[in-house]
Amino acid sequence: MTKSELIQRLAERNPHLYQRDVERIVSTIFDEIAAALARGDRVELRGFGAFSVKQRDARTGRNPRTGDSVSVAAKAVPYFKTGKQLRDLLNAG
Amino acid sequence: MSERTITRAQLSEAIYQEVGLSRNESADLLEMVLDEISQALVQEEVVKISSFGSFSVRRKGQRVGRNPKTGEEVPILPRRVLVFRPSQLLKGRINAKA
Repeated sequence: MTKSELIQRLAERNPHLYQRDVERIVSTIFDEIAAALARGDRVELRGFGAFSVKQRDARTGRNPRTGDSVSVAAKAVPYFKTGKQLRDLLNAG
Repeated sequence: MSERTITRAQLSEAIYQEVGLSRNESADLLEMVLDEISQALVQEEVVKISSFGSFSVRRKGQRVGRNPKTGEEVPILPRRVLVFRPSQLLKGRINAKA
């Protein structure tokens, strides 16, 4: 399912809304989550899951082709932990 | 910079501000979005949100685990786990220096 298919499915469930508004709803949600993570905030959607940012230390990596060692700078990576309810839903039955 | 936690309340407030639905309907629509994504994942569909990332379900086989307290061997049953892969754009945004 792509973002536009998600919008399509929501539009079908909400025939009273303009498609344009459904698009803005979906975009707003993901923009807000991304903006929160960019600020270093956590986003917790209980039952669904939580987005957070994890810090990775600088390390010495290796170019797998040449074996040369290269330094990899410290960086932050987005992380998602599945919520209990969704995890249970995936493993029901 | 102190870390805050954003919840459904702030996301539905953002929908209310941006789209102009009522607060109640904004909260309902947020719930529907999470529900559609969850239902797609239960069907093992990959959910791709461009410029954000993708969610997919991976099947894990049975393996032998150990109760860390007692050292006792216990089988970990086959299960399905959700994997989130952030887009390059999201990774870039998170590392952009203000």
